Amino acid sequence: MRTEPDDELWVAIADPSRRRVLDLLVQRGEATASTLADQVPFTRQAVSKHLVVLEEAGLIDRRKQGREVLFRVDADRLDQATRPMADVAREWDRRLATIKRLAEAAHAEAQRATRTRRP
Amino acid sequence: MSTTDYEIERDILIEAPIEVVWRTVTEPDQMTLWFADKVDLKVEPGAHGSMGFGEQGGLVVVEDVEPPTRFSFRWNHPAGEEPTPSNSLLVEFTLAPEGEHTRLWVTESALGSIDRPDIDKAKYAEEHNHGWGEFLDRLARLHAERT
Repeated sequence: MRTEPDDELWVAIADPSRRRVLDLLVQRGEATASTLADQVPFTRQAVSKHLVVLEEAGLIDRRKQGREVLFRVDADRLDQATRPMADVAREWDRRLATIKRLAEAAHAEAQRATRTRRP
Repeated sequence: MSTTDYEIERDILIEAPIEVVWRTVTEPDQMTLWFADKVDLKVEPGAHGSMGFGEQGGLVVVEDVEPPTRFSFRWNHPAGEEPTPSNSLLVEFTLAPEGEHTRLWVTESALGSIDRPDIDKAKYAEEHNHGWGEFLDRLARLHAERT
């Protein structure tokens, strides 16, 4: 039912712009703030702020390579962050599948009854 | 207060007419077959009821009922409180005919528990709409491709 992951993490990924940045990082594996800023409709400063929040939530980390700072996704943490939601989604998939089975059975039953009444 | 803000959307195509799907989704004795073990609920706007899951259970308040296309309720709010957008989960079912069949969508959302002005909240909800499920699906796929 209600999922209770830690707040910092949810705040980090609840923001659509931040999700965009995180999404890009997942796709690219590793990137600098400038590279990311080239691909989003907001400023480098905004990207940097988003990166700090994501880093504080433990979703990404950084390493230095020469004069560049590269950001990358922490796959385990991301997995942990998305699992509660994925579980809720799976639960609904299961319920929808049951509704489908019940409704289709009821419909088939009604059709059989109609055919019996009017042969 | 939890800051669990999310929206999940899922859908399925059902090979039955919309009226049959509507009854399966909304009739309490049908709901016990796909949802809770015990359902005590009047399907009309504003009705208070309850659902039981084994030993656990909770209050449910019906929001919209528009046969045969829309049914929504709030749940998971603290006992003794009226449900609001910030203390409960909203579950919405939407039905639409697709040829002789029926498309059924469900969304479950928790919005508004993060403190922000109401005007932003509407925009926030708008931006969230349809975003989460896709985001998760894509992440899961990308994650699977890498491992």
